[in-house]
Amino acid sequence: MTELTKAPVTKWTAAETAAAVAAGTVSAVEVAQAHLDRIDAVDKKVNAFLHVDTEGALAAARAVDDKRAKGEELGPLAGVPLALKDVFTTKGVPTTCGSKILEGWIPPYDATLTSRLKDAGVVILGKTNMDEFAMGSSTENSAYGTTGNPWDLSRIPGGSGGGSAAALAAFEAPLAIGTDTGGSIRQPGAVTGTVGVKPTYGSVSRYGLVAFSSSLDQGGPCARTVLDAALLHEAIAGYDPLDSTSIDAPVPAVVAAAKQRDVRGMRIGVVKEFAGEGYQAGVMQRFNESVELLRELGAEVVEVSCPSFTLALPAYYLIAPSEASSNLARFDAMRYGLRVGDDGIASAEQVTALTREAGFGPEVKRRIILGTYALSSGYYDAYYGSAQKVRTLISRDFDAAFAGVDVLVSPTTPTTAFPIGERADDPMAMYLADLCTIPSNLAGNAAMSLPCGLAPEDNLPVGLQIIAPAMADDRLYRVGGAVEAALNDKWGHTLLEEAPAL
Amino acid sequence: MPGITREEVAHLARLSRLELQAEELDHFAEQLDVIIGAVARVSEVAGADVPPTSHPLPLTNVMRADEVRPSLTPEQALSGAPAAEEQRFRVPQILGED
Repeated sequence: MTELTKAPVTKWTAAETAAAVAAGTVSAVEVAQAHLDRIDAVDKKVNAFLHVDTEGALAAARAVDDKRAKGEELGPLAGVPLALKDVFTTKGVPTTCGSKILEGWIPPYDATLTSRLKDAGVVILGKTNMDEFAMGSSTENSAYGTTGNPWDLSRIPGGSGGGSAAALAAFEAPLAIGTDTGGSIRQPGAVTGTVGVKPTYGSVSRYGLVAFSSSLDQGGPCARTVLDAALLHEAIAGYDPLDSTSIDAPVPAVVAAAKQRDVRGMRIGVVKEFAGEGYQAGVMQRFNESVELLRELGAEVVEVSCPSFTLALPAYYLIAPSEASSNLARFDAMRYGLRVGDDGIASAEQVTALTREAGFGPEVKRRIILGTYALSSGYYDAYYGSAQKVRTLISRDFDAAFAGVDVLVSPTTPTTAFPIGERADDPMAMYLADLCTIPSNLAGNAAMSLPCGLAPEDNLPVGLQIIAPAMADDRLYRVGGAVEAALNDKWGHTLLEEAPAL
Repeated sequence: MPGITREEVAHLARLSRLELQAEELDHFAEQLDVIIGAVARVSEVAGADVPPTSHPLPLTNVMRADEVRPSLTPEQALSGAPAAEEQRFRVPQILGED
């Protein structure tokens, strides 16, 4: 613990924090308070949090301290603070999904993921900012203002989980939770220099996760280190009878894999299609260096072609809006959320239309209309039906690739964080941010982004994406842990230590 | 493949229960036309021999015994409602006068 005393509590990793709390070096309440103070000091600039639950966090921390005082065993993350994306329901704590239509809504129940965090003794600091209903790649679509990237506050922190990633990079929390429908954990991770994991679809419960696109949405861990992400992964994953898409199978041993730090004998495939036009030179440079590093570490690297991946983006932008148009029909102004135009004369139908007009932002409306179009009679086969076939082709590409390699690698995003506002009115340019992440959502397999350096031209973080077959999430951590350890050795520190002070 | 017109956007907005403003209709028509143009190529590659995939997991209906179990209280269920009365959701008129 001598090393720990040199750094402020907010700079500790989750593993270090849990160990210190368990050993009694520091109390969980002191840890929580240090993070609440940090939020107080920097969040006016970053805007990572939509709601800070000071009382709830301190009560959860006190419960951990009481448990320790009684000599009870603490879990591997007991007393560790966490920032929770505002798309998971939290009993008694506001949940808005970044939307005006849910402003002030206080859920009467916890999501399964929320309950599991509480059971693990994790201290939930509050709810983080996000693109409205998780639709976006920049957190500019939040009804509550955009979040700044702690590396450069004039740039986007990624989306839709920009708040969660920014909270990590700003040292407001050592752990965060995101959801990944088309890349919303990995893309914010890449542009903020943090670790983000999309677990295998179905391995983390979606009960209480406000649905955007049900066949794609997946909650997952965000952290500053690969081991911290693994500890969080094990805390939240596992079968849930409340979610009919939950996989009833053991969770892969991701913590052990993160500690292995050895890729000798592994076969790693470089996806040929994720390069070329539209990829920033500095992103490709750092990615190519990472591939070389994997070779030096003893992995066998081969090039792999996945030709259908070039169609993943169009397929996603038909499937996700189609499912969203159906899922968001629940916001009808009757049972919860906003109600506008109820003057005693207007019909329920009119009140619903007026409420949705007032409560949803432009990106959500655009996607609802696009989804309604893709599902409408006469266009269904050409759009939605064809997109579902592309989904089959993408899964086949993955199957063929994984027959020859253990994992695939690519850049996580084609560029580093772009300036706030740059792509706000150009949906197609914005959608390109998720180019490399979307195939894994369509196929349902597991993927991770971890920092692999700064792009020389703008000194902003670059993410390395690792993709594994479904239920082989441990491979992500094995490769990620090895790359992280080698890079930290090379740099002499972690990447986030190069981030400017806030 | 056809593009999308302002009138179609207005029709889709009605189907989607969205009371869009005139300027939104113009803006969305323009943007959706570009988006649909960009995504339409999905139909060029997938032949009749390719089965569609709607979900990454094989889905089955989940059944449970029909027995009384603890759930939300009426107060909890109504706690987020815009309007409630006599332990029920109070909604605007659903049936027209005629």
